[in-house]
Parts: sequence; structure tokens; C-alpha cells
Amino acid sequence: MGSKERQQFDNPVIEWVDSRLPIFTMMQKEYGVFPTPRNFNYFWNFGAIAMVMLVTMIVTGITLAMHYNPSTAGAFDSVERIMRDVNHGWLIRYLHMNGASFFFIAVYIHIFRGLFYGSYKQPRELLWILGMVIFLLMMATGFMGYVLPWGQMSFWGATVITNLFSAIPLVGDSIVTLLWGGFSVDNPTLNRFFALQYLLPFVICAVVFLHVWALHVTGSNNPLGIDVKSSQDTLPFHPYYTMKDTFGILVFLIIYVAFTFFMPNSLGHPDNYIPANPLVTPPHIVPEWYFLPFYAMLRAITFDLNLHLAVAGAIGATLVYDFCWLKQPSNILGVFLGKVRSYLTLGLLSSKPVGLTFFIVVAILAGLPGALLAFFKDMPAFQPVIDMIPFKSVALMPAKLGGVLAMFGSIAVLFVVPFIDKHPVRSAMFRPWYKKGVLALLVVFIILGICGSKPAEGYWVPLAQVMTLAYFGFFLAFLPWLNNNEPVVRLPGSIHEAVLAKAAKAVAVLLLAGLFVGAPVVGAQAQEAKAPAADAVVVEDMAVTSGDTGEVRTQSMEVETPAESAEQAVSAAPDTEKTPTAPEPVHHEAASAHHEMPKLPAVAWSFDGPFGVYDRASLQRGFQVYKQVCSACHSMNRVAYRNLSALGYTEAQIKAVASEYSITDGPDDDGEMFERPGRPSDHFKAPYKNTNQAKASNNGALPPDLSLIVKARTGGANYVYGILTGYEDAPAGVELANGQHWNKYMSGNKIAMPAPLAEGAVSYEDGTPTTVEQYAKDVTHFLAWASEPEMEIRKQTGVKVIFFLGLFALIMYRVKRKIWSKVY
Amino acid sequence: MSIENASPDHGHHAAEGETRRDFLFLTAAAFGAVGAGSVAWPFIDQMNPAADTVAMSTTEVNLAPIEAGQAITVMWQGKPVFIRRRTPEEIKEAEDADLSTLRDPQTDASRVQKPEWLILVGICTHLGCVPQGQKSTDVRGDFGGWFCPCHGSHYDTSGRIRKGPAPKNLAVPKYVFLTDTTIRIG
Ligand code: FES
Repeated sequence: MGSKERQQFDNPVIEWVDSRLPIFTMMQKEYGVFPTPRNFNYFWNFGAIAMVMLVTMIVTGITLAMHYNPSTAGAFDSVERIMRDVNHGWLIRYLHMNGASFFFIAVYIHIFRGLFYGSYKQPRELLWILGMVIFLLMMATGFMGYVLPWGQMSFWGATVITNLFSAIPLVGDSIVTLLWGGFSVDNPTLNRFFALQYLLPFVICAVVFLHVWALHVTGSNNPLGIDVKSSQDTLPFHPYYTMKDTFGILVFLIIYVAFTFFMPNSLGHPDNYIPANPLVTPPHIVPEWYFLPFYAMLRAITFDLNLHLAVAGAIGATLVYDFCWLKQPSNILGVFLGKVRSYLTLGLLSSKPVGLTFFIVVAILAGLPGALLAFFKDMPAFQPVIDMIPFKSVALMPAKLGGVLAMFGSIAVLFVVPFIDKHPVRSAMFRPWYKKGVLALLVVFIILGICGSKPAEGYWVPLAQVMTLAYFGFFLAFLPWLNNNEPVVRLPGSIHEAVLAKAAKAVAVLLLAGLFVGAPVVGAQAQEAKAPAADAVVVEDMAVTSGDTGEVRTQSMEVETPAESAEQAVSAAPDTEKTPTAPEPVHHEAASAHHEMPKLPAVAWSFDGPFGVYDRASLQRGFQVYKQVCSACHSMNRVAYRNLSALGYTEAQIKAVASEYSITDGPDDDGEMFERPGRPSDHFKAPYKNTNQAKASNNGALPPDLSLIVKARTGGANYVYGILTGYEDAPAGVELANGQHWNKYMSGNKIAMPAPLAEGAVSYEDGTPTTVEQYAKDVTHFLAWASEPEMEIRKQTGVKVIFFLGLFALIMYRVKRKIWSKVY
Repeated sequence: MSIENASPDHGHHAAEGETRRDFLFLTAAAFGAVGAGSVAWPFIDQMNPAADTVAMSTTEVNLAPIEAGQAITVMWQGKPVFIRRRTPEEIKEAEDADLSTLRDPQTDASRVQKPEWLILVGICTHLGCVPQGQKSTDVRGDFGGWFCPCHGSHYDTSGRIRKGPAPKNLAVPKYVFLTDTTIRIG
């Protein structure tokens, strides 16, 4: 950056600045003419994409912070206010919410690219480590960000994750109290999380700066993994890669905004639309999808480390060290033990190394009872054997600490990969064994993710355990073993040479892009494209990666049970608060009932699909049903009378509706509260003064607020419709307690709410049939609107944005092609 | 650093190809500009008052307890609103003022609905301080209305600027008499 070699700029202003602060020279050098390997594939876009996502998160985050209230009393409300009242608030929040997921998607692909092509190897070790620091900071930021909306998942996620630190021996509990600033997750916790969550992205920016700096010192790696030898191997960063990156970014953005506008909540959990309740835990606490693999490893350690397992493990570790890490296996343990034997017996016995078989036998002898204790403790069949095992009460490390160590270890091991993998070849393209291994690692990671999303029971636990072993095995046994055993193949002489040999590359790239967009059009080209083997791999990975997001969706569907049982816990079990054991039976009930539960009715809603809109007539009828039936017990705090204009009511009609209610206001000049008729700006009047009154009037069950009910339940509108129409006589043999009713769609089937709708109870003016089904449909329609009043504008905007981005991407693709046309 | 300079086939192509490429680059740049612009707008507009803030903009006031010569201050849209029940002398003073001497000429009649009740936004039109004169013990300035201590603006008994740096009369908010003794502001 010295000014010695500085070139003059023609523009006098730029020249004036640059001669004093050579920022333009620097930009020119680092982003203009910066020599970049000419053979990047589309995986090299993800650094730039991650950068774009970081900026997106900071911009949306700062604007959200302008409206967010970091207090336990106000957080949830302020987020809902952002969604409903702040101009474009829903857009900014959904961009932020889904942006977190897509930031992680970009970074995960970026990391995997680094692993696959050996980008972490000498001389880029520090570059990789800085990247891992960014990843760690992102995890902290993502976690704290999920806490801020202060829903049920926020609260319980915060509780569970902060409690991880209590596993640390001796100081654990004090650390947790320190983190909380109290004796549970509460207002001080939320406050500091907000402060840190605002700070960390800027720390990330700083580390990104170092990351990029380090990159520009060593230069980029490339798919071949060989060093740049001459200027023939490189192209200036601009315009070649600026244009290619722009195209890649646009394609990525299309997918991102598709989620944001059309399925903004698909990557989250419905439970987080229930305000935090420190007295009731949802049955399945699941972190955000991007933490699931690590969460699975945390839960995989279900056993205390017993003496036997420790002995077997220690022998195993030494053997792994001996046979995988060392060039020449030298039976270190045997040599050592031989010396010890000779020493202890004062030279009576020989100091010859102890044979390997001995250790294997010992490991098996210790390992078997150890494994029995650890994994089969609860199996009655093994009970007599287990009873005979000596020292079974010795626990060297509790399961809790083991899990925490496994989780943090799984990240820590990524930091040291550059020092484990010493194989001279970088790219997996020239390391057939490593390639198989690293692809297997990807599969393991995805399976771990699936395990993490499932309840920790049944075969998911052993599966997660095996996969955890495989994960660590890859880094701690397989990689060092490859160092000594994988043959080194002849590499291409130079990038230039290799590029010329692969003329078909551009077509393969097209194919990749096609997969990426999911455009069927490109499919035809895919068949023509005889992609060279290496590129085929790339394509394959991409498919796997997008499968990853598919999993995520499956996973979010799985939360079905918790949402329903949460309601069960609130409404069916009277006084859950006072009986802390109540959620337990409910949970089991829910799990067993899950399979018998009939599928939710699939109603064809007019608001389904990317072009869906609300049906005004149905909304108005639904409001009528809500007003005459539901509102007797259920509040709808987040909706104001003025919002009814969206249902097609005129201002005068809204005023009339509002003035039917008498609202308590005040205090007046004399300090008294007084009653006045409602105004359009008032929120819907609640039927009860407070939750205690609501419970007291409903047999101890709290009728939930309906503002977000459709969003807060898995199954959404269909679920609500199902509950409203699912009342039946209890089957023979089922005992219903007083105040309980039978509903086929309720998880556990017992519901506190009596069937609310009866034929003819509400008279419609427009001649619509007054059946229970019609009422249910209309009122659900209305409730869906109350949950997502922004839905219509959201989808309409989404269509426009995607159209625009699609066109832009097409143009950028042509620009890119034009610019690259002479290179290949 | 422009695209044209760096593109590899510069200089040798037929004019037609050249134009087509320039057009392509221009279109791309235009898309970029339009995209950036439309993204910027929501992030700026979010700072404007939210829908609930806009909707909350009315306040009802009971005038019954206010005696002649007294004034009260109520809150409307987060701002103070002065409600003064004027004495006959104050009304006369306000009506008799010579319009030609005023900086912001307005008749008293155009500033009140009922002469007895003067209702004003209590914010100095200079730089936004709240003028004094609501309490009987306050300094009311040279014209018996209000006096802004920040930079010395004097308002008369109709809330009109008479002296000092303020450019305009105190604003009159929108209000209606719901009954003889209650008003709704906004
Ligand atoms: S603000 Fe009142 S005189 Fe300046």
C-alpha cells in the first residue's frame, strides 16, 4: 500500500485524495487488477455471497433495532408491532429472520468448499482459522438473535444453551448466574443479549477484514489446488470475477427472497409466536436448523464415562495415534509397558515390548462391560451381566460435561484441521481417498442434523452416537492416516494447462447454475454437457447441499407435536403452573397419540400459494363469528379496530364497531379511571381483565390469545379449522374429566374448550349456509388474516421482486458470458 | 476500471457488436441502480411514523373545570397543547391588534372557534421550545400571551408572534367541539 508505486489518476479529485490516502490505489490493487486464478467454479462465489448476507443482516438489524424494545415486557409486543404497524416492518423483519438462515447456508457451503479443495492448507492456515472465528461469532450472534423476539423457543433456547456452561466443573453454576445476571433467564439476560447481538456483527466485520487481508496475502486457492505459476494462470479480479460474483449473488438472492416472501416462517418454529412463558416448556426444544448437527452431538453423549470405557478409550486412542498419526507404527504402548514391567520387577522380566494382541484383548475386555454400562444400562436382558461388572459406579466424566465437550470439540477440531491434514496435495480432485472421506463427512453432518431435529429417543440416539464417532473419526483418525498412506498423484503442470484441457467446463458451469436456480430449462443442456469428472463432483455436492435445506423443512414439520401439546399443557391440564410434573404425562400422551391422529383436513384456502389473497366476504363473515362466538372467551390483543379496514369495512362502519365497546381509559384529572366508547385506534377489547380472571372463568384453562394462533400452530389454518370441526363423542372407554372434551385433531385428544360452533348460531346476511363447517372456515380465514395481515402485500411484492431479480440475473449472466467469452 | 476497458475483445469488433454490448452493460447498470433504489426506500420509510402512531393522533379534553383566565396543557401526539380560557380583556386585546404590525398577520377570529377558548400547539415556532405563560405565575411577555425563554419570542393573547426571532404564530391544531365543554384534538 506504499505510495511509491502509486499511479496517477486522471480525475483530479480522486488524485487529490489518493495522493494523501491511497485508498483508490488499494481498491484498484485488491479488487481491480488483483490476479485471481482463472479456473474458479461457482463454489468460489460463496465468499462474496456471505459478505452480501453480512451486510444485509447488519442493515436490516440496525433498522429493526430502531423499533425493538429489549425488555421482557415489551420485546414480543415490539416485534409484533414491527410486523403490523411499522412501515415495511414485516419486510425488514422477514429479511432479517430468513437472512440468518441464508447467511449460514452461504457460510456452510463456503466452509465445505474450503474442506473439499484443501483451501485450509499451507500457506492458508491462518486464513482458515480466521474463517472459523467468524463462524463461531456467527453462531453466538445467531443464537442471541433468536432469543430477542422473546417467544417460547427464544426463552427456552436461551435457558438450555446458557445452561450448557453449568457442565463446567466447579465454576459452572457461577458462570451461568453471571451470564443470566440473575437466577433464571430474565430481563437482564435479554438486555445483555441485545447489546451483544448488536455488537457482534461489527466484530465479525473486523474479522472478515482480517480474513480478506490474509486471503490477499496468500492469494486464492482454486479447484485444482495447485499454486499460481505465471500470469497465464490468472485473470484480473475485475471485471471477470466481479461480474461472475454478481451473477452468483443474484441467483442466491432469488432463493433467499423466495423464502422471505413466500414461506418466511418455514425455517423457524411456530412455538416462537407464543410469548415466552417461564412456567411452561414446549415439549421439544429444537435450536435453529443451522445448529442441529452440533446439537445432535451434544445430545449423543447420553452416558457417564465409566472406568472401563475410559481404559478401552485410552488404549484405542493410543492405537489410533500409533497406526494413523505415526508414519511407522511403533507400538509405543507396548514398548512403554515392557519397560515398566522390567523396571517394576527389577529386571526380572524382560523389557521386550508387549505385543499388540495383548492391548486388543485388554481393550475388548474393558470395552465390553464399559459399553454395556454406557449404552445398555436400562435393558432388562443385560441386567444380570451388568450387575456383575465391578467399579460400575465410578464415573470419570458425567454425561452432561461429555456432551458439552463433544459439541465444543466438534467445532474446535475444525480450527485445527490445517495442522492435522499434512497431505501435500490440496484439492480433493486429486485425492480420491480424501474425496470419498470428505463427501462421507458431509453425509454424516447432514444425518447429524436430522438426528438433532428429532426427539432424543429410539434409534435416533444410537444413530447420533455412531455419527458423532464418525465425525470425530474423520478428523482424528482418517485425516492423519491419509497423511501417511494416500498416494500422491501427479498434478497438472499449471492452471493454464489444465484449463485448456477442459473446454467443456463452461457448459458444466451452466449446468450447475441450472441446478442452483432449479430452472427446468437448463435440464436439457445438462444432458448435452459432458462434464468432466471433477465438475460432476461439484454438481453432486450442490445437490447434496440443497438436500440439506430440504431436510430443514422436514425438520420444521416435525415440531407438530410440541405446538399442539403446548396448547394441551395450557388449556387441557388445569393449573399446569402449580403442578410441574404435568407436562410429562402430556408429552407421552402426545407422542403416542401422534400416530393415531387423523391427518388434518386440507382446506383449499384462497390465501394459499404465491398468488393467494384473502376473500373479503369470508373475512367479514369470519369476523362476525369471532365477534359473536370466540370473543366471549378469547382476546385478540394485537388487532386494532382500525385494522378492520383491510376486511373491506368503511371508516364509518369501523367507528360503529369500535363504539360498541366500552374501553377503560384514564386516569382523568381527578386520578380516576373512566369508561369511554371505543375508537378505531383501540385494540380489540379483551373479554377478561387479566389472565387470572380468564383462567378463573374457564375452569382454570387459559383461552389463548387469537392474534397469532394460525402462525403459532403447526399446520396453521388447517389445524385451527381441524380443531373447530374435530369435536366428537369420546370413544368408549375413554374417561373425560370434568370440563374436558374430545377432539380428534387435538394432540392427546382432550381439550378444555367446549365445541364453540353450533349450526345456525350466527346468522349470515349474504345467504351463506350457516353450518359449523362454514363458520369454521370463515373464522379460520379471519384468524389467518389476524396472524398475517401483511400476507397479500408480502406475496405481491415477492412476485415483483423475484421477477426483477430473475431478469437482472439473466442480464448479468449475459454480461458475464460476454466478458468471459475470450478467455475460453 | 470500467467494464469496457477491461473487456477482452475491445477495439476490433464491428460497430454493431460494440453497440449491442454497450447496451447490455447499460441495461445491467440500470437494473443495479433501480434495484438499489427500491431496496433503499423501505429502509428509509421505516423511520416514518408507524401505523399505530398515526392512528393514535386524537386526544379528548374536558373543558368544564377551566375557569376564565386559566390555562391547561394537554398532550397530543407527544406535544403540549395549550388550552386557555380567555378573559374578555384578553379577547379584546387580541381582536384589537393592528394586523399591519404583525409578522404573521392573522385575525383573532381565524384562530379560534369560540373566542373564549384559545387552543394552540404549545411549541415555539422558532426552534421548538415550550413557551411560558400557562401558569399565572409565569412571565407572559410584553403582550400578555406567552414568552419563550429560549431566545426571547413574545406571543400575544391570540398566540401570535409579536417580538423575537420566531417566524410564525403558534399553530392552531385541528379540533372539534364534541359538546359545549369537550373537545377532540386531531
Ligand atoms: S425556541 Fe422559542 S425563541 Fe427560540
